[in-house]
Amino acid sequence: MTSLTISHLTKRFEGVTALDDVGFDVAPGERVALLGHNGAGKSTLMKIVLGLIPASSGSVALMGAAPGSRAARSLAAYLPENVAFHPALTGLEQLGFYLRMRGEPARGAMPLLEKVGLGHAARRRIGTYSKGMRQRVGLAQALIGRPRLMVLDEPTSGLDPVSRREFYAILDELAGEGAAILLSSHALTEVEARTDRIVILSQGRLRANDTLANLRRKAALPIRLQVTARPDTADSVAGQLAGARRNGVMVDLMCRHHEKLARLGQIAGLQPLIEDVEVLPPSLEDLYSHYSRSEGQ
Amino acid sequence: MTRILAAAAAEARIALRNRWVAIAVAMMALFSMVLSATGSAPTGILGADRLSVTVASLTSLAVYLVPLVALLMAFDAVAGEVERGTLPLVLTYPVSRAELILGKFLAHLGVLALAVAVGYGIAAAAAIWTDPRAQAGLPALWRLGWSSVLLGATFLGIGYALSALARRPGAAAGLAIGLWLVLIVLYDLGLLAAVVTDGGGRFTTQVFPWLLLANPADAFRLYNLAASEATAAAAGLGGAASTIPTTLALASVALWPLFSLVLATLAFRRVTP
Repeated sequence: MTSLTISHLTKRFEGVTALDDVGFDVAPGERVALLGHNGAGKSTLMKIVLGLIPASSGSVALMGAAPGSRAARSLAAYLPENVAFHPALTGLEQLGFYLRMRGEPARGAMPLLEKVGLGHAARRRIGTYSKGMRQRVGLAQALIGRPRLMVLDEPTSGLDPVSRREFYAILDELAGEGAAILLSSHALTEVEARTDRIVILSQGRLRANDTLANLRRKAALPIRLQVTARPDTADSVAGQLAGARRNGVMVDLMCRHHEKLARLGQIAGLQPLIEDVEVLPPSLEDLYSHYSRSEGQ
Repeated sequence: MTRILAAAAAEARIALRNRWVAIAVAMMALFSMVLSATGSAPTGILGADRLSVTVASLTSLAVYLVPLVALLMAFDAVAGEVERGTLPLVLTYPVSRAELILGKFLAHLGVLALAVAVGYGIAAAAAIWTDPRAQAGLPALWRLGWSSVLLGATFLGIGYALSALARRPGAAAGLAIGLWLVLIVLYDLGLLAAVVTDGGGRFTTQVFPWLLLANPADAFRLYNLAASEATAAAAGLGGAASTIPTTLALASVALWPLFSLVLATLAFRRVTP
């Protein structure tokens, strides 16, 4: 059984269509990144999945349970964008509260805070925490009770690079235990390395839903061959390869996937003139722009 | 039940840290002390014991102060969570909105009960200190105590309902003060005007008693005055009280908290995070 099934999901707010016939699944242990511009419908989709707002039409099931039902809420954990807590409570008290809300004893709060690196600040009021620390409290509460589905809205915003790595290490551990993870992010490079599949939303519609490798193949975006010429040969290299000079020694060649080997052969033929060559596949940013623009206009 | 208690524990901590506990207790204590100090004059004339007189004064005080303290604690309950952005997360937990409201309610009611106990305790101690006969007034004081807590419960529930309807703390505070003014001050003035205009007609005999019972603050006052002849005499308001059976006033005092909590839950359910 899939952990999360979304089909033909549509949401309208007073004439504005926030989500239009969106459908995809998330399997146990799978990490799915939800990408899209601001206002693309990511947060709306997450809120519907969690039962916070109703859908206009279509269906959502969390391990077969309806969103918002007690069964679904027991299975899912949520980390909202810009997560907030009452400033007068300490991290320990706040987490104890969330533990008891899931029917677990409050004494589990300290180990969870230590897991997210907040053990030293556990007895301080959340009002004194930095944004990154609040985000860690948010992650700690999402770890309560081994959730089967984690819905994380921009989870790494406000975290420094080291914290991000720790954060993804925790997610990997959870996914390894079979939790399904749906997360949204603007940091495309971290998504690239840390997720199994990518779903792209644009203007409320599903533009792409596949693994990164497949998305690359289907988009067939040009590959960039970056040739470093030896001193004073850049013009000649650019001329012979029909490429564009970027600076004194660099020449850029764009080519299709199927042309790649032939082009590399040509470059190899000019070996005396050439220092180095790099093959740069289209970046996630390129892919993202490609898919969020396609079909839309 | 553990969820309700967890919500209550968190809310009690917040009330303690936000100084609401200190403010509520200090307000009740201060006003009780002032009443005890000034309430000695009528004793000799009416022949009632000192505490019964104090209870009559406290009844009039509680009608104003207890709803005010309750509304002040309650107005932020839902609107504050909406504004801070803490509501969406807690609503994804396997806990019902009724449980969340009940948790807050338990904590706030505890604070209110503490404030009432301290305030009335001071008044009782002052009365017994100066007049040994004052122990005769203890049953009336006890009755005033628990009915004050019920009155507070009613206005807590109403405060939550307003908080949920307003969605913003500023608007909720405005609504709460407006409601206090209407139910506690203007309602009685309106009824008085109507009774005077009516001149003892159908309105005064048929409708007026029910309108008094319908307002939780009036029902509270009626119950406490009607239940104790001494306090009624001391308050000089026995006339209105005597036409309405005490049991009906008690029923209103007891049912209003339930009714207001149902209102609060219904209003909270309408809030989309």
